[in-house]
Amino acid sequence: MHSFVYRANVLLTLALTILALMCVIASFSDNFNFPSPSAEIQIVKFNGFQKKPPGNDEVSLTMNITADLQSLFTWNTKQLFIFVAAEYETPQNSLNQVSLWDAIIPAKEHAKFWIQTKNKYRFVDQGSNLRGKEFNLTLHWHIMPKTGKMFADKLVLSGFRLPEEHRRG
Amino acid sequence: MGWIGDTVDSVKSIQIRQLLTQAVSLARQAVMILRRVWTLIGNCCFAKHIQFSIREETAVLENSYLVSGFILSARISVVLRHLLLVPGMIVTSALIIWKALMCITGSESPVVVVLSGSMEPGFKRGDILFLHMSKDPIRAGEIVVFNVDGREIPIVHRVIKVHERQDTGEVDVLTKGDNNYGDDRLLYAQGQLWLQRHHIMGRAVGFLPYVGWVTIIMTEKPIIKYILIGALGLLVITSKD
Repeated sequence: MHSFVYRANVLLTLALTILALMCVIASFSDNFNFPSPSAEIQIVKFNGFQKKPPGNDEVSLTMNITADLQSLFTWNTKQLFIFVAAEYETPQNSLNQVSLWDAIIPAKEHAKFWIQTKNKYRFVDQGSNLRGKEFNLTLHWHIMPKTGKMFADKLVLSGFRLPEEHRRG
Repeated sequence: MGWIGDTVDSVKSIQIRQLLTQAVSLARQAVMILRRVWTLIGNCCFAKHIQFSIREETAVLENSYLVSGFILSARISVVLRHLLLVPGMIVTSALIIWKALMCITGSESPVVVVLSGSMEPGFKRGDILFLHMSKDPIRAGEIVVFNVDGREIPIVHRVIKVHERQDTGEVDVLTKGDNNYGDDRLLYAQGQLWLQRHHIMGRAVGFLPYVGWVTIIMTEKPIIKYILIGALGLLVITSKD
């Protein structure tokens, strides 16, 4: 006869195998979600635009963010990490991505929102190239799953332009 | 889908020569280990039937484990074989999985355990992250694992700023933990403002909750490790062929 420990061992192994298989299936099922998120960002005003001591341009701004990201949620979604980044090109750098604001959306109910906010992180350039600069505001989202593969995508909103001259608050 | 492409790229990007030597040595190791394991399994399962025919080989094997001196009776040698078998199987399968993951992901440490709460509520202590290292440029929002000079333990945080050079393609990267108030400049080496490419060990692509607790518990409470190993050994000895 098989001993108790032996039976417990077999049971545990089987349980773990099934659990692992379910994780794989849950993660795989995310591939069949074809989301259609929408977002809009307006810059309300530039609060400040200065050249700070080491010689880097710094911008401070207020923006309106409207977004509907409910379709990104599936049954395997734990949370959504979203952020808005200013993206632009300078003579020195082929790409600059500066995160301005971010948020964690814990549930589908909170995924349709409107917010007016100042930039949460400093908008500082490497150098002084921002006068009159055209830039994109990109809404990125990173889907954190309950288990399995992480997905990420973005929505590029273009046509923003910084003031021609430095100015104080 | 993109991930599969990445994987193929990363597999391709390993120098062919290096890949070949790696594959050959890996295969050789695997074959050797598997042969031993299977011999041992064979011994255990069919000990009664074919013990005579493979006695010589068994002796050689046990020689190699420096236990030949202890083989006084058949019973002891069976027990010993068992004792070697289970840890052997566990270790070899772990090794095979680890090496395979290294090949597929192109990262030196393909799996990391989250130790701090700086990425909560996304990643909690004890969760496991699967890393992937590809040639793709690093972009804002990605979760990267990086080493800071003078710190032993790698850190898993999110990239919030990227500046990529026009001419050389080098990147300056700034990271931040989702649950931390400020960015990571306080964690970097004295006077360091940006991370460069060589600091970054990989980016997180997959996630598995809770599994890392096994390692955390075993490192922090070694006694549990010994109890577990002992229990496994006992199980093996007491269970019948």
